Amino acid sequence: MVNVIWAAMLVIGIVFAMFNGTMEEVNKAVFEGAKEAVTLCIGLISVLVFWLGMMKIAEEAGLLEKLSRLFKPLVSRLFPEVPGNHPAMGYILSNMMANLFGLGNAATPLGIKAMEEMKKLNGGKNEASRSMITFLAINTSSLTLIPTTVLSIRMNYGSANPTEIVGTTLVATICSTVGAIIIDRYFYYKRSRKRKG
Amino acid sequence: MGIVSLISLWFIPVLIGFILIYGTIKKVPAYEKFVDGGKEGIKIAVSLIPYLVGMLVAISVFRASGALDFFMELIRPALEAIGVPPEIAPLAIIRPISGSASLGIMSDIIATYGPDSFIGRLASTLQGSTDTTFYILTVYFGAVGIKKMGDALKVGLLADLVGITAAIVIVTLVFGGGS
Repeated sequence: MVNVIWAAMLVIGIVFAMFNGTMEEVNKAVFEGAKEAVTLCIGLISVLVFWLGMMKIAEEAGLLEKLSRLFKPLVSRLFPEVPGNHPAMGYILSNMMANLFGLGNAATPLGIKAMEEMKKLNGGKNEASRSMITFLAINTSSLTLIPTTVLSIRMNYGSANPTEIVGTTLVATICSTVGAIIIDRYFYYKRSRKRKG
Repeated sequence: MGIVSLISLWFIPVLIGFILIYGTIKKVPAYEKFVDGGKEGIKIAVSLIPYLVGMLVAISVFRASGALDFFMELIRPALEAIGVPPEIAPLAIIRPISGSASLGIMSDIIATYGPDSFIGRLASTLQGSTDTTFYILTVYFGAVGIKKMGDALKVGLLADLVGITAAIVIVTLVFGGGS
């Protein structure tokens, strides 16, 4: 899907320029766009290095584990089909904590392990179980404390106060996660009613 | 709403202090681990370059040709009717589909309108508050061989919609509306 959108943007732009007489601007845009992207990535290094470094300390100190234990009662409630002492629960919790701290790279392998365990719980079927859909919904709504990349881009473009969006992001992400859980529940009850009736 | 700005201001320094104190108490070699983790940051930033080059060139061409203005005028009435600034529409559409693509669009919006403009703040909040539904769906279900996705896609996309709506409402409340 991205492939089509990407190619379409370029092709439509070029065709548009033919009729619009903006070929000169398009020529400039190709090289300026590329240059801008590289400059941006170099600028990203500063914040990413600092933040991933801090998070490594938190991980080694066992902060992630500790938080997992703290949130376990709440999370068990979200996944009624997963027994509390099952390895799936451990992976679900560590995935959520990694996401919370913006460790996307650490979160993905943990999420895949969680999926594997939930598939076992579901008898190895190739069908998504209730807990899998809940897990996915929470993951796609992205509960993140610090939007690292966004912060660094704001700094790059000379924001007077790059961190001013941390609070709004937190509120918005909490809304989307709560929304995801409610929507997920709604579809679950709709499914189970259909099965009964 | 002053409390939200206060949290924004204090959150990062307090978290850094807390992690360092906690790590030191737990006898973690803080500096060494910091360097370890930091190395990963360089890898991520460098691996982003091709994604961003591709996307920013495409957006620049699309905008420079005048096509973007043309399409924005077309959909403007519909978006304004439901309270979405049309400048944010491309980001809201791409966000669930591709993380790196939306990062490119967000940077472009911030470069065009400025990071401290209403549109710039909204784009920042939007980018940080939802994740790439299609990517997560593909990676997680693909990795363990789930073929029947059930309601997963519907739930994910509806949650994105909630996130986008929440971002618009909260940014308007905290930073004031208008563009």
